[in-house]
Amino acid sequence: MGILNYKFESGNILITSLDGLLNWARLSSLWQMQFGLACCAIEMMAASASNFDIMRFGVIPRATPRQCDVMIVSGTVTLKMATRIKRLFDQMPEPRYVISMGSCSNCGGPYWEHGYHVLKGVDRVIPVDVYVPGCPPRPEALLEGIIKLQEKVRKESLAKKTVPTA
Amino acid sequence: MTAQEIYDNLKAKFGDAVGEAKLDALQPWIAISETRTREICQFLRDEPTFAFDYLSCLSGMDYPDGKLGVVYHLFSMTHRHKIVLRTMCTREHPHIQSVSAVWGTANWHEREAYDMFGIVFDEHPDLRRILCGDDYPGYPLRKDFKVPEFYNGMKVPY
Repeated sequence: MGILNYKFESGNILITSLDGLLNWARLSSLWQMQFGLACCAIEMMAASASNFDIMRFGVIPRATPRQCDVMIVSGTVTLKMATRIKRLFDQMPEPRYVISMGSCSNCGGPYWEHGYHVLKGVDRVIPVDVYVPGCPPRPEALLEGIIKLQEKVRKESLAKKTVPTA
Repeated sequence: MTAQEIYDNLKAKFGDAVGEAKLDALQPWIAISETRTREICQFLRDEPTFAFDYLSCLSGMDYPDGKLGVVYHLFSMTHRHKIVLRTMCTREHPHIQSVSAVWGTANWHEREAYDMFGIVFDEHPDLRRILCGDDYPGYPLRKDFKVPEFYNGMKVPY
């Protein structure tokens, strides 16, 4: 039945909740901030290509944070890049979401011990909604992450919406 | 040209600036003075019998005895021969003459060695950090380097 609660047979009259409508609109067009940083970006590109076709979920890559809903941080976050990520995240309009893709941006990955230049998890600078494990994760895993994020968006409510703080 | 001939030629021309050498190694090397690297490298590049027109690699080093150094791998496209040069400097005075005027490749390699080991290349045209942020504390590939607790407000250790 989707978002519809009731549909009148004659005329274009539907009944649904405002939350349901807003959430449906949001989760169906999660425009994505391109943030390819390392090898995970290759998998992200593969997810965008025809075999996996991430666009069927409404995920369209955009080159500017001001048009984006979700930032997919795919790759190693260096300390030098971390301040840029924070700035770009701040430029995104709310509601905004973050998917952390791959071991590096989840927790530092192979650089966790001797990575003097690597941020041990992007959640130290921005709030993360969905973590996608793998090194790198396959495109299917990223799709699963998108679906998880859609589930999260579907359960949101205007009244209970909390603003994420970095 | 063999390593022995290269060494003999350099020794004859530069005397004390050319130090010890190990010529039977897999990659024969010659130690040279850190204040005359540019002069020696210019000679090795321009002299037709050597014609070392290609700097394969320039690496920074931190030796177990506490000294810093730079290793140059040279190759000649014309003669198909190669040689390794080594220089040393102290931790207290980490200065080595730049060879970026001889091979353009050395420009960024020396910036990397400066970034990672804090070796200052005198007469370098643009000696800035190349990989780490400009405000990064310390030189990460030195053996006594300790990872900072915080960098720009971000916690660094795991």
